Amino acid sequence: MCDTCGCNITPGNEHLVRADGKHAKTADGRAAVEVLQSLLSENDHQAAHNRYHFDSQGVLAVNLMSSPGAGKTSLLEATIEALGAELRIAVVEGDLETENDAERIRAKGVAAIQIATGSACHLDAHMVHDALHQLDLTGVDILFIENVGNLVCPASFDLGQHRNVTLLSVPEGDDKPAKYPVMFRAADLVLLTKTDLLAYLDDFDPDRAEGFVRNLASTAPVHRLSSRQGNDGIAAWLDWLRTEVAAQRERVAQGETQRPSIQPDGARLHQGAAPESGSHHHHHHGHGHHHDHHHDHEHRHADQRAHRHGD
Amino acid sequence: MHELSICLSLLDQVERIAREHGADRVERILLRIGPLSGVEAPLLANAYPLAAAGTIAEHATLDIEAAAIRVKCSACGAETEAEPNRLLCGQCGDWHTRLVSGDEMLLANMELRIPDRDNPREQAGPAAPS
Repeated sequence: MCDTCGCNITPGNEHLVRADGKHAKTADGRAAVEVLQSLLSENDHQAAHNRYHFDSQGVLAVNLMSSPGAGKTSLLEATIEALGAELRIAVVEGDLETENDAERIRAKGVAAIQIATGSACHLDAHMVHDALHQLDLTGVDILFIENVGNLVCPASFDLGQHRNVTLLSVPEGDDKPAKYPVMFRAADLVLLTKTDLLAYLDDFDPDRAEGFVRNLASTAPVHRLSSRQGNDGIAAWLDWLRTEVAAQRERVAQGETQRPSIQPDGARLHQGAAPESGSHHHHHHGHGHHHDHHHDHEHRHADQRAHRHGD
Repeated sequence: MHELSICLSLLDQVERIAREHGADRVERILLRIGPLSGVEAPLLANAYPLAAAGTIAEHATLDIEAAAIRVKCSACGAETEAEPNRLLCGQCGDWHTRLVSGDEMLLANMELRIPDRDNPREQAGPAAPS
């Protein structure tokens, strides 16, 4: 047993170290505390809260991620045109500056909230939560969260979404999944976009791109589409959305929820626990009370209904 | 570059846990970080002093333990090491694997100085040097 740093004290052996009923002591008399808690547990907690809100409204939340300019907003425009009569859509847009993207979405007759992150390179669960206060989700089937264009940081932050969709546009090159494994590993669906440009950029091999995704042990479908020129390939994307909306309705009816297939530690650590509960292992008092200050708050949504989380 | 915001989140957790344990000083923080977590250990270490200034953990040593990438093969059952962008089975080469470790982003362990309330001698003195 390591008596020096406490690094291998576990719930199983802690009684050996803590025979005196106090803290495990290191050689120089410090108290060692095993925590094993995600560094993003604050964010994960807020994300669980967002997810609860989406589920209670029966909304499917889809997080769109890609590098800047891969065609996220164009895809949304095409999606709204194709599905607008069939499903109700709302959009949260994340960018460092400007309302441009939200205005493009509103021009299609769909509610859109723009989050201007300033210099922040990603959306986090708190920013999305703030945006939700301005958005009435009543009757909405799909909420798209268009993340900040960035293939690095957005992959690490759970927003409360049910699914992650990552776009890779043809001009970016087919080896992006090998260069940005964290991002592409997080995808539940990969969309190869701007396939109308394959005619000009013949060094992009869609099969090679898909091969790099498989190298990440990802089983995510890889669809090819163009949001322009006759919307080639967009039908498979629309079908995926319809299937996901149906699956979300089914989950809501069963009182279940869904996280993206891969979320880092937060998901794993909270497995088996209620979404709102923590999992911080104390050595001297085994109660999970450290989240209390977060739980006990009320908030009011755009529809003026308030709900309370105080469990 | 979200390491600073992760540091701030880390320090919120550290301060809360230190408070819960009645500590007056955090001596050491141990993190466990895998290459697939999306966090760079050197950047985190650089951001830490900025984030920790003025907190109970200002003088804490920050140690970061790297977690290796390991995958378990769904085809042959072998557990092998892998590279961040090649999570294939090291045994049979199949891509149907499950990540066993490598995406950790954990606050693993803390060492605290806790004033001993049962011992008036220690309580009277300020920071008892070790």
